Amino acid sequence: MPQFDFDIILKTLPYLLRDGMSFTLTLTALAALGGLVLGTLLALMRLSTVPGLATFATAYVNLMRSLPLVLVIFWFYFLVPYIGQVILRTERPVEVGAFASALITFTMFEAAYFSEIMRAGIQSIPKGQLSAGYALGLTYRQVMGYIVVPQALRNMLPVILTQTIVLFQDTSLVYVISITDFLGAASKVAQRDGRLIEMYLFAALVYFLISFMASLLVKRLQARTAIIR
Amino acid sequence: MPTTQPAMIELAAVSKWYTPQFQVLKDCTTSVSKGEVVVVCGPSGSGKSTLIKCVNALEPFQAGTIRVDGVNLSDPGTNLPKLRSRIGMVFQHFELFPHLRITENLCLAQEKVLGRSRDEAMTKGMALLERVGLKDHALKYPGQLSGGQQQRVAIARALAMDPIAMLFDEPTSALDPEMITEVLDVMVELAREGMTMMVVTHEMGFARKVAHRVIFMDHGEIIEDRAKDEFFSSPRSDRAQLFLSKILSH
Ligand SMILES: Nc1ncnc2c1ncn2[C@@H]1O[C@H](COP(=O)(O)OP(=O)(O)O)[C@@H](O)[C@H]1O
Ligand SMILES: [Mg+2]
Repeated sequence: MPQFDFDIILKTLPYLLRDGMSFTLTLTALAALGGLVLGTLLALMRLSTVPGLATFATAYVNLMRSLPLVLVIFWFYFLVPYIGQVILRTERPVEVGAFASALITFTMFEAAYFSEIMRAGIQSIPKGQLSAGYALGLTYRQVMGYIVVPQALRNMLPVILTQTIVLFQDTSLVYVISITDFLGAASKVAQRDGRLIEMYLFAALVYFLISFMASLLVKRLQARTAIIR
Repeated sequence: MPTTQPAMIELAAVSKWYTPQFQVLKDCTTSVSKGEVVVVCGPSGSGKSTLIKCVNALEPFQAGTIRVDGVNLSDPGTNLPKLRSRIGMVFQHFELFPHLRITENLCLAQEKVLGRSRDEAMTKGMALLERVGLKDHALKYPGQLSGGQQQRVAIARALAMDPIAMLFDEPTSALDPEMITEVLDVMVELAREGMTMMVVTHEMGFARKVAHRVIFMDHGEIIEDRAKDEFFSSPRSDRAQLFLSKILSH
């Protein structure tokens, strides 16, 4: 029977939270926001009648959804400096930095998922709403921006937040590019002090608690924000 | 009589196909003069909504011409959003924006399309809200109002744009009977003030009271287009007679 030492958690907690959790939460929040903006644009492209736009957006979404996230993170980190070098015609590979690289990857990846959510949301808005907007003299952009997208966002908020909880868990994959997120921090301590079981148990518990509480909140919110029709 | 006035809305041989096999409008020709109130009636599916939507270019059409205040809709140089902003439209299902307060529903297009300031738009919106008897509901959301109240807000929203004409597509047919009058009252008042109106409705009481002309449509065709009194006293076609006997019997 091995000796457990759970004090290690208390001792390293400030480090785990300050270095690890703050990174995880920042990455989750920024990638969710960026992904939502980009995803909404992709959804509008997919629904547009301009020929090339829909094809491009569909191809992008299908590509992102067919690749394992961990591969995208990995390749993006190693390839982007060279792509940047080619595009910007610099002498050396462009330095992107691990955080920026992770943020861009997650934003682009999440955008594919959010675009599907937003597409469903936009399509669920009754056609009469668009007619009413056009009849008032609003342009396509204004109808989308003031009438359709805000309603779609509100209707889809629970699904968007649920997807964000998945993203929160997925951010732990940044370990492949040696970034210290919450799991990375826990893992470092575990390796250093030989406390694998304690630290990974604790990490699992924290992910579980945050995700579980967040889903409960989403359920509550769902009841509150439904648009009165 | 308003017929001496210049035509505000002019349709000449308008035809529209939804598919090559299905022609929804067949050679429709009519006009609405300034200050004239024209009621459009006919069986369900006869193309009334389609016709009225063509007038403000919400639906494209393939043949014929429509002119509004002299502007040809099919002219490639026509700024359609601008033209639509000058024609008010009221829908069967109100189509207020459910995520916006009543005041925001009234102000949105005034600000974004006409470029009015928030103050200006609010002043205008509140005056119209008072006119339709709903000033106390300004800060509510559409879902908190009854159907009749929502439709009155929808009329106020259209009027806030200072339209040169108003189009109504069955504005009372989604309402409970006890709410129909409150909406019709607003429309009657509008007609009496000289607003140019094209109204799709089966409310023959409204037609008798304020309409100048009645158009009867069937299968995408304008079958009758006559002065109100003539239409009611002696409809020429059998189809119009049958239709009138059906809707006037209840
Ligand atoms: N978007 C559409 N595509 C195909 N057919 C349509 C469409 N909208 C309406 N129709 C058909 O066109 C006909 C006329 O419709 P509509 O103008 O709504 O009639 P009304 O308002 O007189 O009841 C109906 O047969 C209807 O089914
Ligand atoms: Mg109709």
